[in-house]
Amino acid sequence: MSDDRPELRAPAALAPEDEVRENGTMSIKQLDFQRPQLDAMTPPPLRAVSPLTGPERMQLRDISVYYDGVPAVNGASLSIHKGEVLALIGPSGCGKTTLLRTLNRLTELTPNATHSGTITLDGDDIHELEDTKLRTRVSMVFQQPNPFPMSIFDNVAFALREQSRRRPRRRELEPLVKHALQRAGLYEEVRNNLDRPALRLSGGQQQRLCIARAIANNPEILLMDEPCSALDPRSTAVIEELILQLRSDLAVVIVTHNLQQARRVADRVAFMYLGDLVELGDAHQLFEAPREERTREYIAGAFG
Amino acid sequence: MSGVEPQALPASVAPPRGRGRRSSVRGWRRGDQLIFVLAWTAGLGLCLVAGAIVIFLGVEGLRYLDPKLLVTSPSAAVDQAHSGGFLDPLIGTLTMAVLGTLIATPLAVLTAVWVVEYGRPHWLAAVVETSIEMVAGTPDIVIAIFGLAFFQLGILAPFSFRASGGGVYGRSFLAAGIMMSLLALPLTYTATRNGLRAIPRQQREASFALGKTRAATIRSVLLPSLRPDIATGATLGLGRIVGSTAIIVLLLGATLQNSPQNSVPLLGFLRGTGSTLTSYIFFNSPAGEGNAPQKAYAAAFVLLLIVLGLNWIVGRVSRIGAGAALNAGRMAR
Repeated sequence: MSDDRPELRAPAALAPEDEVRENGTMSIKQLDFQRPQLDAMTPPPLRAVSPLTGPERMQLRDISVYYDGVPAVNGASLSIHKGEVLALIGPSGCGKTTLLRTLNRLTELTPNATHSGTITLDGDDIHELEDTKLRTRVSMVFQQPNPFPMSIFDNVAFALREQSRRRPRRRELEPLVKHALQRAGLYEEVRNNLDRPALRLSGGQQQRLCIARAIANNPEILLMDEPCSALDPRSTAVIEELILQLRSDLAVVIVTHNLQQARRVADRVAFMYLGDLVELGDAHQLFEAPREERTREYIAGAFG
Repeated sequence: MSGVEPQALPASVAPPRGRGRRSSVRGWRRGDQLIFVLAWTAGLGLCLVAGAIVIFLGVEGLRYLDPKLLVTSPSAAVDQAHSGGFLDPLIGTLTMAVLGTLIATPLAVLTAVWVVEYGRPHWLAAVVETSIEMVAGTPDIVIAIFGLAFFQLGILAPFSFRASGGGVYGRSFLAAGIMMSLLALPLTYTATRNGLRAIPRQQREASFALGKTRAATIRSVLLPSLRPDIATGATLGLGRIVGSTAIIVLLLGATLQNSPQNSVPLLGFLRGTGSTLTSYIFFNSPAGEGNAPQKAYAAAFVLLLIVLGLNWIVGRVSRIGAGAALNAGRMAR
């Protein structure tokens, strides 16, 4: 897997004034996307490397996941904190997506998957929680934008509806839908077309709609499974900017096999290889001074 | 690469055209030529047969079709001038279509949803699938004879009525409609099942990941995008119902007029006997007792129009379905 993606990213927009922070992550604030609405909500100044900013939300202890008894994840332990972006990196098939899908128990949909170890969310074992409740607290954005074949409004409203027995009216939902779309940076683009089919949107807009849908219920943790791999460089940059904004309210766990993306958005990075959690550390430390030989080789592009 | 020189492409200088030169059939292998000719013959032959049926019935039907036939009830008379029209069979056909479809569609959709979305234990899903295939392959006369034995059971008297001797008659619109639904069910089931299978897994996962239950996912995400599939299946089933004769003769009584069982408005009608266009055609054709081919032709023409109309609707519905499929995100991404 080559990591020369930055060359694909609208080079003209990457002007010299784009600051490259010392940890190798890069501010993309200067990118001009002609989207004034996002400027109105410019995120707070990006912190220097400052992981573990918030309280611990989720803790994984010795998690193993098996498909038909064959381990896909091997005894992974880590914690997830509010206010951070944790990136899971590693070559294809290393178990990063499986680990991610275990966090909201989507692996249970695969009949031949079994697991061991414990995961707690704010101290509660997630397997003791009802799966539907867990998934409103730990929501997910997928690799392929997958809006429902409904209107833009209904896509977001669908996430909000059916929480109570009484079906909320549109008037009650409207502010919530609007707020979610605003947080996902999509509202200004669709405010006059909320009743249009969501599948008429562009791929990048669809993915932001999926993010709006996922954060509509104010989850504590947002899981993202390679959210940009189906998008063009410009949409990718928009979503990365969004991730940096969102982390002030929640914890983001993002799977990516784009190392540049991990450098740009992550506070902490976990490197997985063949099901093992090889190394976990601050993004700066892991990319600049990896402790493990395999991490060093992967980052240097020796395999993957 | 071998040493074959790639041919120079003069495309830049040649004027634009729709198609380039293709290989001549004359250069093909004998067997391929034969199949080529047979394929054309079979296709054209089928067009000829279909055209002949439509033209023949059109000519004969229009010759004998008097609008009065559509609004007068048939009556027993040796003189064809006094034997009336086919209002009752027309109503019978429409009743059968509505009744059969109303019973078959929900059953078929529920079964398809269960098989595709739950389908556990696997052996049970396999049994359900095989059963439906079996029903689909059963001739309607067999379904009819089974239905007659079934609806003559004493406890099923409410579905028809007791004849003067006290035995259950077993023939009624209800009995025929229920058995008719078996003709439509496999078609609607197959269309719905295929539609469900065409919905990508990600659609379901997206809903589960938002904390939705399987039931909410089926109701709010899957069923709405299945509408075109269900409509197509139901319309195909409707075509089979309208065309069946055996069930009408055995289970509806194929009486001359629709004869309600009592004065209760709708229920009495449904518990009574009657006929449809198919049985009317059969009994008026030279094969039947009436021996009134003119009326048979006229009725056949009307039936043909109904079936053609249904086919047209299927076409419309599937075309709308293709558009909806785009909205449903079924396009390969």
